Amino acid sequence: MVQAILFLPLIGAVIAGLFGTKAFKQLGTDDEVYADHAHNAPSVEHSHDQHGYNGPPWPMYLTTGLLCIGAVLSWIIFFGFLQGGHDGEIELLPWITSGSLKAAWSIRLDALTAVMLVVVNTVSALVHVYSLGYMSHDESQPRFFAYLSLFTFAMLALVTANNLIQMFFGWEGVGLASYLLIGFWYTRESANAAAIKAFVVNRVGDFGFALGIFGVFMVYGSVEFPVIFAHAPDAVGKTIHFLGHDWDTLTTLCLLLFMGAMGKSAQFLLHTWLPDAMEGPTPVSALIHAATMVTAGVFLVARLSPLFELAPHAREVVTIVGAITAFFAATVGLVQNDIKRVIAYSTCSQLGYMFVAMGVGAYGVGIFHLFTHAFFKALLFLGAGSVIHAMSGEQDMRKMGGLGPYVRITQAVMLIGTFSLTGVGIPGIGGFAGFHSKDAIIEASYAGGSTFAFALLVIAALCTSFYSWRLAFMTFSGPTRADKEVLDHAHESPPVMLVPLYVLAAGAIIAGFAFQHWFMGEGQAEFWGAAIYRSPDNHILTQMESVPLLVKWSATIAMLAGLGLAWLFYIRDTSLPKALAAVNQPAYQFLLNKWYFDELYDFIFVRPAKWIGRVFWKGGDGAVIDGLGPDGVSAAISGVTAQAVKLQTGYVYHYAFAMLIGVAAIISWFSFGGIHP
Amino acid sequence: MSIFQQLGAAAALPEILLAIMAMVLLLEGVFVTAHTPNTIRWGAIASMVAVAGLVIWKSGSGSVEAFGGAFVADGFARLMKVLALLGGAVTLAMSGKYLARTRMDSEEYPVLIMLASVGMMVMISAGDLISLYVGLELQSLPLYVIAAINRDNAKSSEAGLKYFVLGALSSGMLLYGASLVYGFTGHTDFAGISAALAKTGATPGVVFGLVFIITGLAFKVSAVPFHMWTPDVYEGAPTPVTAFFAAAPKIAAIALFARVMVGPFAGVTHSWQQVVIFISIASMAFGAVAAIGQSNIKRLMAYSSIANMGFALVGLAAGTVEGVEGLIVYMLIYLATTLGTFACIMAMRRKGIYVEQISDLAGLSRNDKGLAFVLAMLMFSMAGIPPLAGFFGKLFVFLAAVKAGLYVLAVLGVVASVIGAYYYLRIVKLIYFDEAAEKFDGADMELAIVAYASLAFVLGFIVFAQPLVNLASAAAKSLF
Repeated sequence: MVQAILFLPLIGAVIAGLFGTKAFKQLGTDDEVYADHAHNAPSVEHSHDQHGYNGPPWPMYLTTGLLCIGAVLSWIIFFGFLQGGHDGEIELLPWITSGSLKAAWSIRLDALTAVMLVVVNTVSALVHVYSLGYMSHDESQPRFFAYLSLFTFAMLALVTANNLIQMFFGWEGVGLASYLLIGFWYTRESANAAAIKAFVVNRVGDFGFALGIFGVFMVYGSVEFPVIFAHAPDAVGKTIHFLGHDWDTLTTLCLLLFMGAMGKSAQFLLHTWLPDAMEGPTPVSALIHAATMVTAGVFLVARLSPLFELAPHAREVVTIVGAITAFFAATVGLVQNDIKRVIAYSTCSQLGYMFVAMGVGAYGVGIFHLFTHAFFKALLFLGAGSVIHAMSGEQDMRKMGGLGPYVRITQAVMLIGTFSLTGVGIPGIGGFAGFHSKDAIIEASYAGGSTFAFALLVIAALCTSFYSWRLAFMTFSGPTRADKEVLDHAHESPPVMLVPLYVLAAGAIIAGFAFQHWFMGEGQAEFWGAAIYRSPDNHILTQMESVPLLVKWSATIAMLAGLGLAWLFYIRDTSLPKALAAVNQPAYQFLLNKWYFDELYDFIFVRPAKWIGRVFWKGGDGAVIDGLGPDGVSAAISGVTAQAVKLQTGYVYHYAFAMLIGVAAIISWFSFGGIHP
Repeated sequence: MSIFQQLGAAAALPEILLAIMAMVLLLEGVFVTAHTPNTIRWGAIASMVAVAGLVIWKSGSGSVEAFGGAFVADGFARLMKVLALLGGAVTLAMSGKYLARTRMDSEEYPVLIMLASVGMMVMISAGDLISLYVGLELQSLPLYVIAAINRDNAKSSEAGLKYFVLGALSSGMLLYGASLVYGFTGHTDFAGISAALAKTGATPGVVFGLVFIITGLAFKVSAVPFHMWTPDVYEGAPTPVTAFFAAAPKIAAIALFARVMVGPFAGVTHSWQQVVIFISIASMAFGAVAAIGQSNIKRLMAYSSIANMGFALVGLAAGTVEGVEGLIVYMLIYLATTLGTFACIMAMRRKGIYVEQISDLAGLSRNDKGLAFVLAMLMFSMAGIPPLAGFFGKLFVFLAAVKAGLYVLAVLGVVASVIGAYYYLRIVKLIYFDEAAEKFDGADMELAIVAYASLAFVLGFIVFAQPLVNLASAAAKSLF
């Protein structure tokens, strides 16, 4: 069954990608089918070609159908684990065998895999369905769906991996799919730039990840998880020589691996690609840049918990980076005006929360937040997509407002998403999905003893509440700032787009209290089993029970404060934001420009790299290699040729002379060089 | 027992028959007034093909000696003789219309080619310094004459004269070398020389004699620095003669070269290897570089053949069975490619006039797609582009050189091959990308057949390479 889950998306991607696209149609198979249409209305056909899709619909239905089957199968496996399923390892085929390096293509099936299967396949299936409506006017839909399915396959390969190499394959596969999808509208220059940026920034993280894999192989002599986990304690207290120093082995390995996680999960310093990735179609943002791919880093840390548990210093770094990310992204989200960018920074911030949970050892809590976050963040993105769809492509919230009456259902589900994200609920009783997981992380950060992380997370929670409500108010409430023309066209999305929203909204409401028992409640030890390792002196879950009451309420208070502020700023007195920005101009600009990270990186990395590139191009390649190589040699040869041609004078005595000189030279060679018998 | 049986003359039956046929055709040309040059030409072709058939059919396998060891018919000799005869026959077949159009179709021409072929066969089978010299001269004298066969043309006469003077000089040096070798070993037969050298090793006298013999042989294969006659003779001689020069005599000369080096002088391999390496590198480099500066396609082919001989000598320089095997394969491919290329060159006829400037080929692809494609493929093959035949020829000789430890030679050979690729590819560029020149008149049927057969060989070599390589391998083994 799990094999089917893994390979159904690949099959869909291959078939839709190879045979569903325009390229194949031009081979002639489909010409006859559409010839009739073209014949009747050539002018319509022409305009259709540019603005719409005129191919067959089966590639879209095929990929979507396969994904839905995969999603259903995933839930079956997941419920199996809720009832105490058994871990398994399924080896499919040998893959790389080189000396002592052995990596098989295999599936590691445990609770962690099951959770990820559910998250990935559910969101992917819903996004496929949603895209049927959202992308219905796009001329290269089959390509889009093929990419989506390809991404899903790569993500599934990542989460089912039983060794680091296969995980890396999936890791790079999702990176590739992300690149392709961000740049899906490749005629837009900004989309291409964003796609390249995402790829390059991820390379930085992948560099660390690859080094980490090399290090693990060096230390343990294997890349297979069972071997590594069984021997993990062997490396405790040992050192590794790296960059001219002796470092603690496990700390080094974990930090290198975490570097990969930082890139993929857009953590502080390597986050710059995520907001730009919003250039991709909105369903892509929901699937890849909110629910699944960006959580791969969190998954990586959870998967490698047996290593991270033995490297407390590395976990401290994880906690701090996570907390800073949560805070930083939340502050930037406060002032953004692009509806998708606000949610993108929100994603970045929530990923920081998850890493804090990982850092303090509450892996189950972190994965729980990953789980719930997938629902409400995908919901918010798809809801935003619905708004953008209604607004004919407008993404700037300053040109929205008062849309509520036009898009009632979208407004309703967006509010559900907002409730869930901001963590609406009553401590001790229950609430929306995000309330259970996010508040648990804040408690865990306190229980884990990191006051720094706790403080940042609470502030971030306040910011989260503020920017979420700001988004809701600016979009749906108050007087409209939209063009009359746009507003006339504003309409609710078709059912095919709304149904996924209903499903996700249901998840955003109930996923918290429904599954809390298994992820972090009494049933957690049994549920996780061996999937997540916690050392015997890791008591974070019990410590979470005994945090002070104020800590338990801190997140809720922050949430309410944020809501109040947002109401004050965007409903009560809409002139306040401008006034505040005017007074605190430097701070406002600092936030609006995303802490100037893009400018900083441009100055530190991009420009020097371009300068070095130009030096090597003009100087190294042009002057030295071409000059001495091809150009120089060809110039020399033509010089020699001119001389060689001159030798052929046409005089017989010159020719005879050359022959005699030749003989004389050879004889002299033997006379002076000696003859060796 | 008749005297013929005593001498074992049966082994030389093909040579004897070809010589008799040459006489018969000559007599027919003189006495039968009703003949046309064509009858004699086709008679000559038929005789040569028949003799080639006889070589294959009659000699059986194994090595047979005649005339007290002066004549050896072994597997190597048989293969090379067939190649030389085929080369002669094909060029003769190609040249009919050309000779008729240029009023050179005399009855002597086919007879001279037959006699030269007899000389080549004797060279290839030489087992003694005396028979070597006799064969060489028997081959050379007709060649001097046919180089000047267009005697009303100053260029042709000049070519013949130059060839003769320089050929005489080289023959003299060869004879001098032979006398030195005889003086220091006391033998003229190869077996005797070999046995004597096994006892004494390389002495200065023998090595000096060897150098002079190599000089004479290198002149015949037109290896640098004994190549100077080649461009002038190739350009000056009528094109069918040039085609013949580039094909058959090269086979015979390189076969003789190989037989002399790995036969009597196997004991002093180290000495001759140095010389062969030197002339091999010099030929490859000079042939490649000088060809770039040419504007006449026949001159270009002269330098091309110089470079090709350099590559073939790489195989010989290895001095091993694989080396000779590579050499044979290389010559086989060289023969096929050269015949095809000259068929294309002889098809360069515009309004009844034969042209031979490279620029005349410009834009050929627009006017004659078939000819353009054949020529382009042959050029690609000669440049050594896989999977065409020329690539494998070079591969085999370089492989042999590397196996024999001659890395520098192999690397320099590859470099020369890269430089050489330039002028071959330049022709392709000219044919396909340049402004179209005036149309050619269209190739005669004989030329088209040869050209397409050559194309088929070049394209298909990769498919039927194995049997040919096996053949070459067996032939090479018979030499050692």
